[in-house]
Parts: sequence; C-alpha cells; structure tokens
Amino acid sequence: MADALYALRKTRRVRPWLFAGLRHALLASAGLLMIAPFILMVSISLKSPGEIFSPEFHLLPQQWHAWENYSTAFAKQPLLRYLANGLIVTAAIFLMQAIFALPCAYALAKLRWRGRETSFLFVLLGLLIPPQVPAIPLYIGLWKLGLLDSYSALILPSSISVFGIFLMRQFFRTVPDDLLHAARLDGMSEFGIVWRVMLPTAMPALVAFGLLSLVWNWNDFFWPLLVVQSQHLATPPLGVVFFNNAEAGTNYGPLMAAATVITAPLVIAFLVAQRWFIDGVTMTAVK
Amino acid sequence: MRSDSPLRHNPGSAQGLQRPGAQAEQWAAWLLAGPAVVLTWLMLLGPAAGVILLSLTDWTFGAPELNWIGLDNYREMWGDTAFWQSLRNTLAYVAFTVPTSVALGLAVALLIESGSSLKGLYRALFFLPVTSTLLAMALVFQFAFHPTVGIVNLALGALGLPTTDWLKNPDTALFSLGVIGIWQAVGLNMVLFLAGLKAIPKDLYEAAAIDGADSGWERFRRVTWPMLGPALVFVVTITAIRSFQVFDTVAVLTEGGPNKATSVLLYQMVQEGFSFLRSAYAAALTCIFLAFVLLLTWAQNRLLDRRAHYG
Repeated sequence: MADALYALRKTRRVRPWLFAGLRHALLASAGLLMIAPFILMVSISLKSPGEIFSPEFHLLPQQWHAWENYSTAFAKQPLLRYLANGLIVTAAIFLMQAIFALPCAYALAKLRWRGRETSFLFVLLGLLIPPQVPAIPLYIGLWKLGLLDSYSALILPSSISVFGIFLMRQFFRTVPDDLLHAARLDGMSEFGIVWRVMLPTAMPALVAFGLLSLVWNWNDFFWPLLVVQSQHLATPPLGVVFFNNAEAGTNYGPLMAAATVITAPLVIAFLVAQRWFIDGVTMTAVK
Repeated sequence: MRSDSPLRHNPGSAQGLQRPGAQAEQWAAWLLAGPAVVLTWLMLLGPAAGVILLSLTDWTFGAPELNWIGLDNYREMWGDTAFWQSLRNTLAYVAFTVPTSVALGLAVALLIESGSSLKGLYRALFFLPVTSTLLAMALVFQFAFHPTVGIVNLALGALGLPTTDWLKNPDTALFSLGVIGIWQAVGLNMVLFLAGLKAIPKDLYEAAAIDGADSGWERFRRVTWPMLGPALVFVVTITAIRSFQVFDTVAVLTEGGPNKATSVLLYQMVQEGFSFLRSAYAAALTCIFLAFVLLLTWAQNRLLDRRAHYG
C-alpha cells in the first residue's frame, strides 16, 4: 500500500489528480459524519413510532408521519413561545451589551482619564472568569430581589460583556484620531461621537460580536436551567428539556420534530450568514 | 492629539488636567465608561469575589445566619470521594476531548487548505455543529446511542463489532459524552487553524523548497508546524477551558450517572448548590473549577512568552 502510494506520487501526472481525489474523499466522508446528527434528527422527525423502533434504518420514511409528529410537538409544548422567548432574551441581552460596551470601549480606546488603566484591568480580569463562576451569588441576589423565574433573571446577568468591551476597544484603537478631531470641531459631544462616528465605523466588529452573543445566549442552558421553572419563560434549550422530561424519552418522533424546530433558527441563520459567522469567530480569536 | 499634548508620561495626571478641555474629557470618560464598569463589578467581578468569600462560610441557601469557618469546606472536599470522582471525570473528559478535537481540527484545516475546490462547502459542514443548539443535538445523540435501534449499534452490529448501551454503561458513558464534545469542538478549532495557516508567509514555503523541502510532509515539518506554534497553544487553551465547562450533555443525558461515572465539576457544583442547597460547599467547588481555568490561562501565557523570547 505504502509502496503503491509512493510509486503513484512519483508519477508527476497522476499525483495532483490522485491527491485531489483523496482530499475530497476524506473531507466529504468526514463532513458527512459531522452533519449526520442533523440528517438523523430530521429523518426521525418524519417517521412513525413503529419505523423508528424497527431494527432496520432507512433515511427516508417508508410511511410519512411528518404531519403527526410536528403537530404533536406543537400541541404538547408551546414551541413558538420557546422560540419567541429565545428571540426576546437574546435581543434584549445584545441590546444592553452594545449600549454599555460601546461607550466604555470608546472611553478606554480614545479618551485620557484618571482610572482608565484600572478600568481596563477590570475588563481583562473579567475575561479570565468563566460565566459559571458568578452563578451562585447572582442567584442569591436575584432571589433577594424577588426576581427569580422572570425575564429579568435571564437577561440582567448577561447585560454586560467584558468580551464585547475588549473587542470593541481593540477595534476603536484603529480608528484615526483625525476623525474625532473633525467631529469635535463640528461641535459634536463625546456621546454623539460614540453613536454617530464610532458606531458606523465599528459595524463589522459589532456584527461579529452580535453573532457570537446570539449563538452563546440562544444556546445557553446552564443559566436558564438554574433560574427558570415556569414553562412560559423557557428559552429554546430549556424548552427541549421540558419536552424530553414530559415524554420520558420514548416519544422520539415528536421529540425530534421539536428538536428540529428549536435547532432550525440558528442553522438557517448560519447558512444565510456563513461568512459573517466564520469571519466573526476568526476576528475575535485573532484580536 | 499626541503632538500638542504635554503628557508623555501618565495620562490624566495633574499636569494633563491643565490641557484645555481635559477636565471635560475626564467627566465625559467617566459618564461613558462608568455604567459599564459598575455593571462589570455588579454582575461579574463582585459575584466572583463573593464566591470566594462564600466558600469560607457554612451558609446553606435560605439559612438565617452565616458563620466563618475558614477552609473547612475545602477540608471536607479533600475527604469527599464524590469530589475526587468528579475531578477525575472532568480531567479524563478534558484529556480525551482536547487532543482529539485539536488534532482533528488541524487535520481538517490542512486538508481544506491543501486544495482549492469546495473550500467554502467543507468549512461550512464542519462549522455547523459549533453554532447549533447543543442541547437539542444531545437528544439526537441519545437516540443514536440507543442500545437496540440506535444507528451506532446498528452500524457496529452490521460490521460484527461489539455493541453496548453506550450512555448507561459506566465504562463507556463518559467516552460517549466526549464524542459529542469533540463533534462540537472540531469546527471551531478548524476555523482557528485556518486563520493561523493563512497568517504563514508564502515565501517561507518557497525558501523551504529551495532548501530541498518539497514533499508535503517536509513542508509541514519545517514550515507549517513551527509557524503554527502560537495558534496551537491558543487553540489548545480555549478548547481545554471549554471542555472544563462541560455540563449540558451531562445534565440532560446521564445526570452524572451511571453510578457517578459522568459526574463532572460543574454538575456536582449545581447539584450541591441548587439541589441540596449547600451554597457554601458549592462555592468551594466553583473556586476549584476557577482555579483550573486560571491555571490553563497562566500556562498559555507562559508558553507564549517563552516562544516570544526564544522563538
């Protein structure tokens, strides 16, 4: 085998062709393995219980059972409510993160003030702390305030993102000072500069941060699990678990239908804005 | 601004304040940055400090009073077999998922970069799991691992290989969760490595070719691998930190079982703190978790520093 490969590689004309074929074979089969869970999920969501529990696997159902599965899923659990909650919570979180992070990032990047180094040190310190660490004190605080099991409990702890501040600061440092001088000469206030000069130039970084914030907060399970008990407040991942618990893990058809509905928004968002997602991750990792 | 201002040394020093408008700038800066700084303390730094203090008390959730007990929680932890089991499981999970997902991510990135066609498609296929809702996908894996009708056992059975109830067998449960973790991490690592590969100057490869390194392996060994060093350290660190945070799959698929075989640090922390209401002991577990994450960041900085000095 090794000899044969070596011989083939020696033959210059065959080599690029063979290598390209090998590359596609490896990447395509591994790539298929990566999306196999999605295919399996949709496949099961279309099948009847009898077919799901038969020892033979077919990709497409012998008998279509899609309507029954999806209508059961929507009837048994308020799936649309879960999706709406996901949208409300992620949008509110991102809005607050942007409102607090942008002015702070600007002050850290472009203004001279007593306390700038210390404040930036706090941001760097915050970057070291995983989001699960403050959970217990935050929970106690929300309990004292009587805010457990509410939208506030889901949103407030994520209202500040030190990562967002750091990312935007790095980006703002590259904005030329002349732009700020011109704006100041025009009589613009520092507050106006943040929103009317800096924000437009920072759009690529803000979009990248927004996508990361969306992916993280839409998918987060740890925090909603701790603070939310009411079904009508459940975010999408928590909703899937409510469904799973209610069905005791036997009713796979509707469960996979529900999983498909819950997974679809981010998968579609990713397929539509693929470049933005990947560039965003790359940009944020490199900074 | 730099040329007309006298402050070379300390921005915001007494001299700096004499610059026209400097006082106004101070005020503006505090108005702009103040709310975020306060909120950072309120939501992140304060609670993190609170966790450390709480771990030195005997407080249980809802208790009317609290006593300082020094390091007693940590002493209890030292003698707690459940803690050692969680720590062992977490470390085993990290030791399995990190090298595997980093190696696979690197292999995929190299394969994608080694050709020119279908790059975008392959990148998308591998990245899709990163953005998908892990919790929903965990339930799909649960079905795939089903002992009789799961596709994993069907495939293994068809090949004549041994099968098992993957998530209920204490010998395979943690491994199975690791497979899910790897599945989700490969795409992120691939994207980070792709960025690292793009940053390698092309003329290095030409120089290596002149030196006689023209086979793929030689080019990798002499140029790609050494140049990829910092990216590798970075990818390993963030993958390890994310692996330490493993929780979702444990909570929904195995609940730490069977027989604590998949109990991990964060899962034990949530159990102690929110099921048994032992807030102070859970805080101590959180501190151990934090210590490991900080240790990883510190190791990363040490490695990158050494590279910067001698590399």
